[in-house]
Amino acid sequence: MTVPAVVPADVEQQVAPGSVGSVATAQLTGSTFGAAVSDLRRGWEQRSLWGHLGWQDIRQRYRRSFLGPIWISLTMAVTAIALGTLYAGLFDNDLATQLPHVLVGFIVWGFISGCINEGAEVFTSNVGLITHLPAPLSVHIYRLVWRQTLFFAHNLVVYVVMLFIFHQDLKWTGLAVIPAFLLLALNGAWAALLLGIVATRFRDFVPIAQSVVQLAFFLTPIVWIYDELARSPNPAIAERAKLAEFNPFLHFLEIVRAPLLGQDQQLRHWIVVLAITVVGWALTMVVLRRYRARVSYWV
Amino acid sequence: MSQTMQQVSIDTRGACVDFPIFDARSRSLKKTVMGLVGGNIASNSKVPIIEALRNIDVHLEHGARVGLVGHNGAGKSTLLRLLSGIYEPTRGSAVINGRVAPVFDLGVGMDPEVSGLENIIVRGLFLGMTRKEMEARVDDIADFTELGDFLRMPLRTYSTGMRVRLALGVVTSIDPEILLLDEGIGAVDSAFLDKSKKRLKELVERSGLLVFASHSDAFLRDLCDTAIWMEHGQIKAHGDLEDVLKAYKGDDYRTPDKTSRERGSAEA
Repeated sequence: MTVPAVVPADVEQQVAPGSVGSVATAQLTGSTFGAAVSDLRRGWEQRSLWGHLGWQDIRQRYRRSFLGPIWISLTMAVTAIALGTLYAGLFDNDLATQLPHVLVGFIVWGFISGCINEGAEVFTSNVGLITHLPAPLSVHIYRLVWRQTLFFAHNLVVYVVMLFIFHQDLKWTGLAVIPAFLLLALNGAWAALLLGIVATRFRDFVPIAQSVVQLAFFLTPIVWIYDELARSPNPAIAERAKLAEFNPFLHFLEIVRAPLLGQDQQLRHWIVVLAITVVGWALTMVVLRRYRARVSYWV
Repeated sequence: MSQTMQQVSIDTRGACVDFPIFDARSRSLKKTVMGLVGGNIASNSKVPIIEALRNIDVHLEHGARVGLVGHNGAGKSTLLRLLSGIYEPTRGSAVINGRVAPVFDLGVGMDPEVSGLENIIVRGLFLGMTRKEMEARVDDIADFTELGDFLRMPLRTYSTGMRVRLALGVVTSIDPEILLLDEGIGAVDSAFLDKSKKRLKELVERSGLLVFASHSDAFLRDLCDTAIWMEHGQIKAHGDLEDVLKAYKGDDYRTPDKTSRERGSAEA
């Protein structure tokens, strides 16, 4: 069968110059931390790509609608007004306290739940791109977090409008909201990356993540006000409410919400968030190092 | 992406691509967790594996023009994905130097809801170009596609042929260091095909390194000088294009002259 004129593959290999092995790799590969870091770095360099795609995702969702992305803000406003009014009545709270609380809670929660829910499907929903283009995995993560940031920004418009109606006693320490949001985004990124890798291998994690997020919504003081319940004269209620301290989402919510509502900030929330950031990224880097190259096989 | 100064090359050694096939059950947590609890059950812990590529040794340098031949399922597309870096080898090594532009599916990365012009930019970004570079090329691409005002319409209003025109226009406008082409580019009318062939040739001349999988001898002869014959996920032969074609085609092999004459009469 083999024709003599054809060079067999192994002979061809011997002909190849030996110097090749020492050539610096353009793209670090394999299960090394270098390759994992390189993935994150090269993804970041492709800002124009994921920046564009993130915008496109937003416009896509509201394409051909008359109001377009204004719907994001409008939906948030309607939700905040309806639930703010409802819970102000149920908890017997002042509307001027309850509504801003619910609004900012929803805005922050929208970002958190978006990162987690969409993070679980971040690779499986991009099968085409992953199996056709050799882009770093992190491109999909940056795109997701950027898209969620744009949603957040749209919702912030509602917050600004709210400030005119329910004046908040903002202080200069409120600027802490900027590093707080950066921390939130940093955590959204590792959560999406870690969950994305795990859920690509074990598809059960998609519904698991969704149900955990749904449950966490109720366990996190988004509509209910933690301080009020924790100071409740009824010890049974106060005890229960304090269990929220074990809920990691509480701390993320508080570091962003407190500055926006001009409330006093508490160091313990920042410490917990910083600790979660470090531990989360460390864990994610270990998983990324080990399984980064497997994702294109698994999708 | 600053490897422009570096020598373009692809070097794989004993590279293997093994696909684990998780069926619905073994992909779920249940199996893994229960497997841990219940001890080792051989049938449980084994995930069936498809060896898509085995012991691939390829060394390609600047100027290589490699055709990829082989039957369906022989591993041509998988090899292109290995060479592009999409699949990192499960065993062995693959070192890729240079900016890779893989063109496997003309439609990937295209968004039916946005205009043709926007798709030109996005597709270019996906192929590793910058926004500025693409904006400079938009007019040239628009001319080539002959789509005119249609470029402002959303892509979903396009016919299949129009989409191919757009995609070919973008793909042939880039400056790749490593160009990887999969077959199936050519579902356009014949007049346009000639035009795109010319552009495709220019693209190949611009690119530092080409690997092109195709079933068309004529196309392979147009673009390549060497070839790799894939069979059952292994390289069966690697060498001069005509020699590889001769070995691969066996009795069906036709000399270049005869093929082109036949092609000429078929077109007439």
